[in-house]
Amino acid sequence: MTTSNLRAPARWLAALAAGALVCGAAAAVLAQDDRAAQEIQKYRQMLEEGNPADLTEARGEELWKTPRGPKHATLEHCDLGLGPGRLEGAYAKLPRYFADTDKVQDVESRLVTCMMALQGYSYADAIKNWYQSESDIQLLVTYIAAQSKGAKIDVPATQPREAELAAAGESLFFRRSGPLDFSCATCHSHAGRRVRLQEVADFLLPEDARAAMTKWPAYRVSQGEVWTMERRLIDCIRQMRWPEPQYQSEALIALQVFLQKQANGGVMDAPGMKR
Amino acid sequence: MRRPRREFLKLVSLILAAELVPAGSALAEEWNKPAFAAKKLDDLYKALGANAPQQSDQVVLIGPEIAENGAVVPLELESKLPNTEMLAILIEKNPNPLAAVFTLPAGTLADIQTRVKMAETCNVYLLAKAGGKFYYAAKEIKVTLGGCGG
Amino acid sequence: MGNPMKIRTKLDGDVVLVRVLMSHVMETGLRKTPEGELIPAYFIQTVNVTYKDRTVLSAQWGPAISRNPYMSFKFRGAARGEKVKISWVDSKGDSRTDEATIE
Repeated sequence: MTTSNLRAPARWLAALAAGALVCGAAAAVLAQDDRAAQEIQKYRQMLEEGNPADLTEARGEELWKTPRGPKHATLEHCDLGLGPGRLEGAYAKLPRYFADTDKVQDVESRLVTCMMALQGYSYADAIKNWYQSESDIQLLVTYIAAQSKGAKIDVPATQPREAELAAAGESLFFRRSGPLDFSCATCHSHAGRRVRLQEVADFLLPEDARAAMTKWPAYRVSQGEVWTMERRLIDCIRQMRWPEPQYQSEALIALQVFLQKQANGGVMDAPGMKR
Repeated sequence: MRRPRREFLKLVSLILAAELVPAGSALAEEWNKPAFAAKKLDDLYKALGANAPQQSDQVVLIGPEIAENGAVVPLELESKLPNTEMLAILIEKNPNPLAAVFTLPAGTLADIQTRVKMAETCNVYLLAKAGGKFYYAAKEIKVTLGGCGG
Repeated sequence: MGNPMKIRTKLDGDVVLVRVLMSHVMETGLRKTPEGELIPAYFIQTVNVTYKDRTVLSAQWGPAISRNPYMSFKFRGAARGEKVKISWVDSKGDSRTDEATIE
């Protein structure tokens, strides 16, 4: 007992000293973290020139204007929400409700609608190999998105079906599930979060949401190809160890309505270049 | 910046010996397999009479401190030395350190940008030939693994 | 014939800045398929740039140049309306040539 009494002050001192050390170390680490974040910003800026997605966009434009499919027609009359063939700014207003299909559609599902209606493709043929490099969808979505450069994201989601999906998307965003008990919000709802050295956007913060959403579709350096938003969402969901949603499923559209709504006002600058 | 190892100088000797900088002709050189295949710097030392490159402040290698993805590391290669006729990129810890060689005829500025793959954090060397002599600059670039690893 | 490149030029006096984006997989030969098989090396080996029939840049590349290569360079004596021609040859002997007019 005497020994432990003697030890107590020593232990207390040691704890204090250790605390000071940890605080000092933590400050150093934080400063280092800031520096690392700055350097990564510089790295990203250095990459902004010369985006390989520009080549993808050029190929997408060619595909858009080439007569194809059983009806041997081009996509030049495709209505992405602003009227047939009106591409400028169309991507910035998606997802939105379309009366002719009575659905809320994102760019990818609307593109498929056009491929089926105008070119005569079956659904299966239109989405064939959508996840593969240089797929029709990948090329076309890149081209479509580029036609919205400079346009502000405008997804008010006021139409009843749009509002319904916005709410569903938000609820999905916060819903914890899977073996890791993760939700999107687990990583994406706090400022300054990082996974290893990669910064993670806080989608509850308008400027973060805008910075993220205005750059998709993007050339992903780690994959060496352009990914569309659906593909990126599916992959992120997979990494959360959730079951992967089906391509073009309503869950993905709902998430996009929510995310785009968070990013309203952001100026489109796609295709972007990302890790 | 770390001091160069002997191995680096040996690799340089090989490149010089392999005549990657042909006198006069600039068109359609044959791709220099031995230089690009060089793996272990020790095995490469063959050249005789090749000058050991000198570090020079006039040779400038610009790049990020940290590359978020080693598959794409942007570099700017510059040389302020008059009559720079060749610039080469050596990435110390790549399986084959020689990444690229640029031959500059008169009238072409010694100012080139490109992007390289780096296997891991290490020194990147910019080698320059000017006035018949060789110079270099070195920069350590950190390569990280970002994101969910996907 | 390989995929088209994108070439941009910017003239400043008589110095032109040329930026080129090429489409090429630049496979190192060290990657493996999900089944564990090595993907063979396949990459651009030589690049040649000419202006009015004189070579203004030549390069030898290894697979350590990034996929979908980007390169920029500058040379003197350039004039508006003249063409810059860029060619590459890869390790399979495939090649591509594109040109751009200096604006």
